Amino acid sequence: MKNTGEIRRHTIAVLVDNEAGVLARVIGLFSGRGYNIESLTVAEVDSAKSLSRITIVTSGTAMVIVQIKAQLGRLVPVHKVADLTIDGPSIEREMALIKVEGVGEKRVESLRIADIFRARVVDSTTHSFVFELTGSMEKLNAFVDLMKPLGLVDVGRTGVVAISRGPDPI
Amino acid sequence: MSSKMMTGAEIILQALADQGVEVVFGYPGGAVLPIYDELFRQSNRIRHVLSRQEGGSVHAAEGYARSTGKPGVVLVTSGPGATNAVTGLTDALMDSVPLVCLTGQVATHMIGNDAFQEADTVGITRPCTKHNYLVKDINDLGRVMHEAFYVATHGRPGPVVVDLPKDIQLASAPYKSPVKFAHPSYKPQVKGDQQAIRKAVEMIAKAERPIFYCGGGVINSGENAVKLVTEFVRMTGFPITNTLMGLGGFPGTDPQCLGMLGMHGTFEANNAMHDCDVMIAIGARFDDRVTGRLDAFSPKSKKIQIDIDPSSINKNVAVDLPIIGDVGHIMEDMMKIWRTSARQPNKEALAKWWTRIGKWRDRNCLAYRQDDKVIKPQYALERLYELTKSRNPYITTEVGQHQMWAAQFFKFNDPKHWMTSGGLGTMGYGLPAALGVQIAHPDALVIDVAGEASILMNIQEMATLAQYRLPVKIFILNNQYMGMVRQWQELLHGGRYSESYSESLPDFVKLAESFGAAGLRCTNPGDVDDCIKEMIAIDKAVIVDMVVDQTENCFPMVPSGAAHNEMILGDDKEADKPRVSDQGFALV
Repeated sequence: MKNTGEIRRHTIAVLVDNEAGVLARVIGLFSGRGYNIESLTVAEVDSAKSLSRITIVTSGTAMVIVQIKAQLGRLVPVHKVADLTIDGPSIEREMALIKVEGVGEKRVESLRIADIFRARVVDSTTHSFVFELTGSMEKLNAFVDLMKPLGLVDVGRTGVVAISRGPDPI
Repeated sequence: MSSKMMTGAEIILQALADQGVEVVFGYPGGAVLPIYDELFRQSNRIRHVLSRQEGGSVHAAEGYARSTGKPGVVLVTSGPGATNAVTGLTDALMDSVPLVCLTGQVATHMIGNDAFQEADTVGITRPCTKHNYLVKDINDLGRVMHEAFYVATHGRPGPVVVDLPKDIQLASAPYKSPVKFAHPSYKPQVKGDQQAIRKAVEMIAKAERPIFYCGGGVINSGENAVKLVTEFVRMTGFPITNTLMGLGGFPGTDPQCLGMLGMHGTFEANNAMHDCDVMIAIGARFDDRVTGRLDAFSPKSKKIQIDIDPSSINKNVAVDLPIIGDVGHIMEDMMKIWRTSARQPNKEALAKWWTRIGKWRDRNCLAYRQDDKVIKPQYALERLYELTKSRNPYITTEVGQHQMWAAQFFKFNDPKHWMTSGGLGTMGYGLPAALGVQIAHPDALVIDVAGEASILMNIQEMATLAQYRLPVKIFILNNQYMGMVRQWQELLHGGRYSESYSESLPDFVKLAESFGAAGLRCTNPGDVDDCIKEMIAIDKAVIVDMVVDQTENCFPMVPSGAAHNEMILGDDKEADKPRVSDQGFALV
């Protein structure tokens, strides 16, 4: 039953106590129960209350996604679980640092595409660039694909962070 | 309340006392010596029960907890002490048993250095506990101790580990007894949604072929919940079936009780589950041993599920009406709404439903044939039940055929009298669990129904029985096989009995005597009653070596990969023939 139905991608935000082992609990839950992690980010968001926010991009059938949220919700250091994909409109962003190496026409072309994508040059040598690019996961994927024939040598990505639209917190 | 300076070890003992802990099950070692020293100094405050292996300590604490409803407390050392506890912790997690397990740890400055008897206890126990703590600051110790008890006992109960580095046990800090503890993030929902409860009442009143399917959650919710469920079931006149963990949550001798359901459940319970139109699941988690083939599980029913754990809902089976909350609270509201809206069950439809159930009952699915030569295991258990029921015994079991037969043939009219390893299926659970039960109920009759293979897994606890003069009765159904393994090999693997023969068994009578217990052997069906009576009369631990039919299989059985209405019955001529689908072959 849990294997039937359409598999969808969901972005889940989890507010947790910023304490030792909390990330291991979340990751252990996903690996132990066989759920997917497409992307995971974590950082402290409230130092006074010592709270961190974990953003997880996962995929599964509706029944599996409900189960993932319930399993996250019953972890003791978890304060809140929000499904940004279905709880309402939300914004997702990811940042990447992309290193491209080359000279001549390839170098010019990479810079031209970077301009179209509104990527910034944050490091430059006579034969390389490091671009900084922010956007959706898809936009970053597209940019990386375009850089491949132009001398792509290294990519660093943050993973997705997301937040709901409007005035209310999750 | 004013605070007082104390050492870590003193804080631990004070916190245990403040939590009302009377007994600790444990085993000493280097990393917990300061706590053991404090136990010695304050020996009149908290009783320590020394088991013979840490695994035994955890199961004993489980038996104590399940027979009292209070959390069980375990104290073990670092490294091997903690790793030996892992099976018991996993067992307690699967069966929702409240435990607090204190583990010693090497000093904080040595953590991560591969020190002597160091293990990453919080890392190892993270997936097998409800929650765990490593105390690295003495100022956190008091709070963590109380938080551990709160987490273990609130919501769905479970085991909690507190890892205690040795330097923390020796350091000092102020300690304040807690007035009331409120956890900042862990607040399980207790009250059920009123609208959902109202809708449930409506569905129940309209039901034509209803069934209550009740699990261990009813018992965990407390005596009031058991009382309310019993009252509600009787008020509606509906049939009820209990899971392995739920036995005793409704009187087993009541005619409304159809017995256990699932793989080795009764014919009537499984057929009623399959054909019902409204299923009311209370504190039960649709385990694979209960459901059989999922896509054929109770296909025509609307399902109501009451559970305190949101992750138990819609995990295996999609339900139509989930109600999250505590069984006791929800049943109280349900009863109120039922009464104020003057609901009545559909009596006419119900009478028809009971007629159908009666026909399934008439099939007499637990029947067996006892001759005058070889003792049938079912006969031994049926006699054990008949000859002990007046004393309302506490029954624990190991895991295997004997466990299922015990579940089938014992009728429990009270909760907390049946302790068995359900979710994890831990062989070796029964003897230490019985030990813990007997500690909690010194005057009660406590029986461990065992197999000759399982009992050897924690046989060292015989010494614990001797030390504390615990009159636990160990009732071994000795068929010289790991019976359930042998049964599956017979039905699924062409009778190739790979490694399932119990070779080189000890003489259980002599073994009992060597531990200061009494040993009895019975080989003749005519002697079964006398043997059981003698066992009860002996005022100390007894091992009964009941030599039973080697080839008896446990029926009825829903073979793996089959549906509830495709049961194999024991008197079926084809019963012992293999009949498992290719898909079912891969299932455990």
